[in-house]
Amino acid sequence: MTTRTIISPLQLGSRWGKRVYWIVLVTVLVTFTLAFVFPLYWMITGAMKTGEEIAQMPPTFFPANPSLDAFLEAWELFDIGTLLRNTGVYALGAWAFTMVIDVTAAFALSKLRPMFGGLILGAMLATLMIPPMVVLIPLYVTVVDLGLLNTPWAIWFPAAVNGFNIFLLKRFFDSIPRELLEAAEIDGAGAARVLWSVVLPVSRPILGVVSIFTVVNVFRDFVYPFLVLSDSDKMTVSVGLSQTAGQVTQNAIMGGLVIASIPTVIVFFLFQRHIMAGLTAGSIKG
Amino acid sequence: MLIADAGTRRRAHVPSRLGRSIRRNLTAYGFLCAALACFAVFAWYPMVRTFILSFQQTNLIDPPTWVGLDNFRTVVDDPAFGEAWLNTLEFTVLALLCGYVVPFGIAIVLNELRHARAYLRFVVYLPVMLPPIVSVLMFRWFFDPGPGLFNQILGVVGIPPLAWLDSTSTALISLVIVSTWMNLGSGTLIYLAALQNIPGELYEAAELDGAGVWRRIRHVTIPQTKLILLLMLMLQIVATMQVFIEPFMLTLGGPENATLTVAYLMYQYAFVYGGNYGAGGALGLMLMIVLLAFAAVQLRLNRQDRP
Repeated sequence: MTTRTIISPLQLGSRWGKRVYWIVLVTVLVTFTLAFVFPLYWMITGAMKTGEEIAQMPPTFFPANPSLDAFLEAWELFDIGTLLRNTGVYALGAWAFTMVIDVTAAFALSKLRPMFGGLILGAMLATLMIPPMVVLIPLYVTVVDLGLLNTPWAIWFPAAVNGFNIFLLKRFFDSIPRELLEAAEIDGAGAARVLWSVVLPVSRPILGVVSIFTVVNVFRDFVYPFLVLSDSDKMTVSVGLSQTAGQVTQNAIMGGLVIASIPTVIVFFLFQRHIMAGLTAGSIKG
Repeated sequence: MLIADAGTRRRAHVPSRLGRSIRRNLTAYGFLCAALACFAVFAWYPMVRTFILSFQQTNLIDPPTWVGLDNFRTVVDDPAFGEAWLNTLEFTVLALLCGYVVPFGIAIVLNELRHARAYLRFVVYLPVMLPPIVSVLMFRWFFDPGPGLFNQILGVVGIPPLAWLDSTSTALISLVIVSTWMNLGSGTLIYLAALQNIPGELYEAAELDGAGVWRRIRHVTIPQTKLILLLMLMLQIVATMQVFIEPFMLTLGGPENATLTVAYLMYQYAFVYGGNYGAGGALGLMLMIVLLAFAAVQLRLNRQDRP
């Protein structure tokens, strides 16, 4: 069973304890559902209402004639197909760059222990202390200087520049016993071989966490892609929605928002445990 | 000659320590070079560039000129400067009242519950997983003074409708509501994880000493989670002081600059008022100094965390 918490099992088991417990439980369930699920229900049903019904006062709780027209309309008006494809390409590239660049770096820092390794790690972690909004303008200027505006590189490279990934990966690699690597080295495996055949197979959990966060971040990120991907056929879903939202009807906006939420919500459904583990691992020690 | 000779002879017998160490370093830097290049171009250089930018006049086309402290003067003399800092401060305080205290309370309650734990955890974290733009645009509709959800609910309870984003008195609060809804979940889950690490014996001992529920929270729960509480306070201050997407999408800093934040003003200098990157950089530098002070405190606490 669960460990002992503030209220003792004895207190919980008493007549009054049980009553209070059930009252609290029901209150929490209702409040949470109203606060966090109801807005989403309202958004989804809003997209299923007609233009008149959505502006009607008082509003209807259930759509009178639920229709999926707004979703189709949103798909066309926002050009969501293109946006989703763009975001998918950015996410895939960001994932590949992160895997190659951050994993090799963390491996080198953890297992090869080069000179100045501590200094390099420190400099990489120091970037976590710099608030992203503050370096936004200089980062944008750098991207302009390099001529990367409106190219996928503008997303891919900075995605790999993530001190937090390095930190998570290095900490995991540190926990891999030395004997495992030495055995491979005695068999004549070089560093690349050790990384590929020994370290990576046992690091699946942490690689999963890093992958999920990288992909989700590409979908969630707004300000930076808004600045560097301003061409309408290069935008991410978030940026595209923000740009067109002023020009379409309310139910089409809601339809667009619902579609845009689907990828990250699916990821959350599938990888809930990884995400929550990564969240707590990071913030407690990050 | 002699020295080189000795070196080769020694290497012929056993690979020398020096040779091995050089080889290992070469391999290591081979693995590191991609990351070093990326960090240099996209993280370390932009940090330095913040300083350079704030002392320059540049439009990114003509060669930049050094202008000394002109940019700082422009920024400080701007009547919006004080307003932006005050708004940011007010937003941070309000967002902390909701977004810092509430998740801890929620986490304590959730930790006591024995049913529906998975559902509650899932639901509270769901908004964090949505793209922020979705939450923000959804709330923009809820805040609609006409058929918006919030005024409809107020109507049911019998409260006259509010102007929400359109009034100087409620606009900032409205942004706090959105921000809290979007971010509440991560704090809650982090506290929940911290609470689960408290040994049950401590509560048993407290109970034997006759401590009621309140005193158990005060004397066991809070001291046991003190470090994570302080750490999260610092993190949240830094995160909320950078508030941008809410004013950018919902109010454009208005009405009458009531929601103009420092980050949004920075954006305006650089990207709205004809590319004054210098002024944007100068304001960014000021924000960075303030936030780094908090980050330094956080780093200290983090160090204490690791015995």
